[in-house]
Amino acid sequence: MRFLLTEEQRDFARTLNALLGAAGTPAAARAWAAGEHKPGRDLWTRLAETGVFALAVPEEHEGLGPLPLELAVAFTELGRHAVPGPLVETAAAAVFLHRLGDGAAAAAWLPRIAAGDALVGLCADGAPYALDADAADTVLVVRGDTVCRTEAHGPVQPALDPARRLSRPLGGTVLARGPHVTAAAGHAADLARLLTAAQALGVGRALLDATVDHVRQRTQFGRAIGSFQAVKHRLADTLIGLEFAQPLVHAAALALAAGAPSAGAETAAAKAAAGEACYAAARTALQLHGAVGYTDEPDLSLWIRKARPLRDAWGTPAACRARVLAG
Amino acid sequence: MDLDASDADAAFRAEARAWLAAHVPATPLPSLETREGFAAHRAWEHRLAADRWSVVSWPEEYGGRGASLFQWLIFEEEYYAAGAPGRVSQNGINLLAPTLFEHGTPEQRARILGPMATGEVIWAQAWSEPEAGSDLASLRSPAVRTDGGWLLRGQKTWSSRAAFADRAFGLFRSEAGTPRPHQGLTYLMFPLDAPGVTVRPIGRLDGKPAFAELFLDDVFVPDEDVIGAPGQGWRVAMSTAGNERGLTLRSPGRFTAAADRLAALWREAADPADTALRDRVADAVIGARAYQLFTYATASRLADGAGVGAESSLNKVFWSELDIALHETALDLLGPAGTLADDADEAPAHGSWAEGYTFSLAGPVYAGTNEIQRNIIAERLLGLPKEARG
Repeated sequence: MRFLLTEEQRDFARTLNALLGAAGTPAAARAWAAGEHKPGRDLWTRLAETGVFALAVPEEHEGLGPLPLELAVAFTELGRHAVPGPLVETAAAAVFLHRLGDGAAAAAWLPRIAAGDALVGLCADGAPYALDADAADTVLVVRGDTVCRTEAHGPVQPALDPARRLSRPLGGTVLARGPHVTAAAGHAADLARLLTAAQALGVGRALLDATVDHVRQRTQFGRAIGSFQAVKHRLADTLIGLEFAQPLVHAAALALAAGAPSAGAETAAAKAAAGEACYAAARTALQLHGAVGYTDEPDLSLWIRKARPLRDAWGTPAACRARVLAG
Repeated sequence: MDLDASDADAAFRAEARAWLAAHVPATPLPSLETREGFAAHRAWEHRLAADRWSVVSWPEEYGGRGASLFQWLIFEEEYYAAGAPGRVSQNGINLLAPTLFEHGTPEQRARILGPMATGEVIWAQAWSEPEAGSDLASLRSPAVRTDGGWLLRGQKTWSSRAAFADRAFGLFRSEAGTPRPHQGLTYLMFPLDAPGVTVRPIGRLDGKPAFAELFLDDVFVPDEDVIGAPGQGWRVAMSTAGNERGLTLRSPGRFTAAADRLAALWREAADPADTALRDRVADAVIGARAYQLFTYATASRLADGAGVGAESSLNKVFWSELDIALHETALDLLGPAGTLADDADEAPAHGSWAEGYTFSLAGPVYAGTNEIQRNIIAERLLGLPKEARG
């Protein structure tokens, strides 16, 4: 047993972190929230060049995967930099299309996904809204044992995180029907849960880092507020939450990669823990930044607003906890 | 990155499981915090040692199996999953022994470790004093130089297991007036039945004498029972403090086993509509798994040659709070029967939930309070400025 990321996996994370740190992701996220997708799509193209999307696509369709652990490593960095777009959905859609066994649909979409050329929405798991349907090249809608493909959607509904653009998918043509659809959708939902958890970890880390920087610099009563115990203890708890969620995410990725029967429960455990830890980090960030944490203008708000929807997407904490006990 | 057991580790697990299945008492022993229970647990230590299961990670020459850290974690998982008794020797095995391996002399190791491994000598911890708890370095009980050794005076308190134990180890002030309180301390071992030692048991919350006060009146300790150099006691003690807070004091196996039992209890007894309780059961299962995986990662880093520093404070806060939440949830699931003490005839599961609950309540206090741990996390892991202290 060696339960540590390899040097190669850590290098991959560092590369993405450096790329995204220099890419102006906050501006892209704000543009995305205004319905202007160009900077986000440019970002998407650059990410594709590092192989991020290819990790979700099998080799026979010009990908490198599916590699759940490497995807989880990548998605932590995407979360750390608040990258906008249907990232989780596109990766899960790739796995879904591959599992579906529809050669034509797979051949049409998977190479494009790998190349960063297709943003694919995935509306499943009982969700009424599709994420970023207005930006996506297509949306897959799974209802029961049926999957449809559509490009039509209702009006974009303003959301608490404006960088997550939500709308109802409309109409569409039936792609497939039957138990194999349900099975493929279940597998895609497990991957989506994992990658949402990984993204939440990254969002939480960014919030913690920003808040630690802030409390070291901010002075009140003649000293840095980070020297006060009430502040320290809240940040310590935030770190504990994130530190103990991370191994759950990595173990769930291993379970998914191995096709283990426990993968459903493990992705649910990872999602519940990472989602809660990320949201707690957001609350801590808001509180310890004081009134600044309650304002839109600082980029911190991009991360604070992201935490709650990530906590609830692809399985609320309650749904995930129930799944853990179901085994 | 993987979670796969090697063939050797899998064989080790199978051997441990088979031995435990054949030897673990069918009903739990009485609480080890009672005279009767202490004796029963000492006999159990003897049984473990007879087949070399009491100190698996020690070298064979001292009664161990030279097991790797992963194998030790495996043993602990199997041990608690089998419902085996609590370890009455844990202070010695987890705290004193690592100190002896790191700072002791070969003579000390040869003399002390064998009887520790068999339960023949059970050790108590003598750190805290009435005026030195979290601020341990402010301790005052003196060790005064005399011919061939030291004379101990003063008072120790909250000394775990001291009501029934044989010997104790602790820190004493061997030099007064040093510039810093951490200087001038010496690490010594002494018998609890030596002339000049008075042991006054202290009842824990349920009245059982889980610890004691020690009054010391010119207790003679020969030089051979000093660990490390006189005056270096703080460094000697702290070099293994991470063991106490971290994975060796409370291995994940305890919590994964308890969480499995909790989930089983929930399936048998719970109202499925009570989703609030369901969420708490799930959180205990998730928390135990998280602690297990976090520990696997730590063990992997140790296998790479890295050390464990302030990270052990993360463990301490996490397992101690997990332990309480898990047992509170169990008591709530049990309803009225959950209010019975562990020694009640009608106590569910032979009182193991009640005993576990009472035991868990001390977790956030001992081995460095969780407030101190959070300070360590904030200052050493997050780099926040130190607070002005005394």
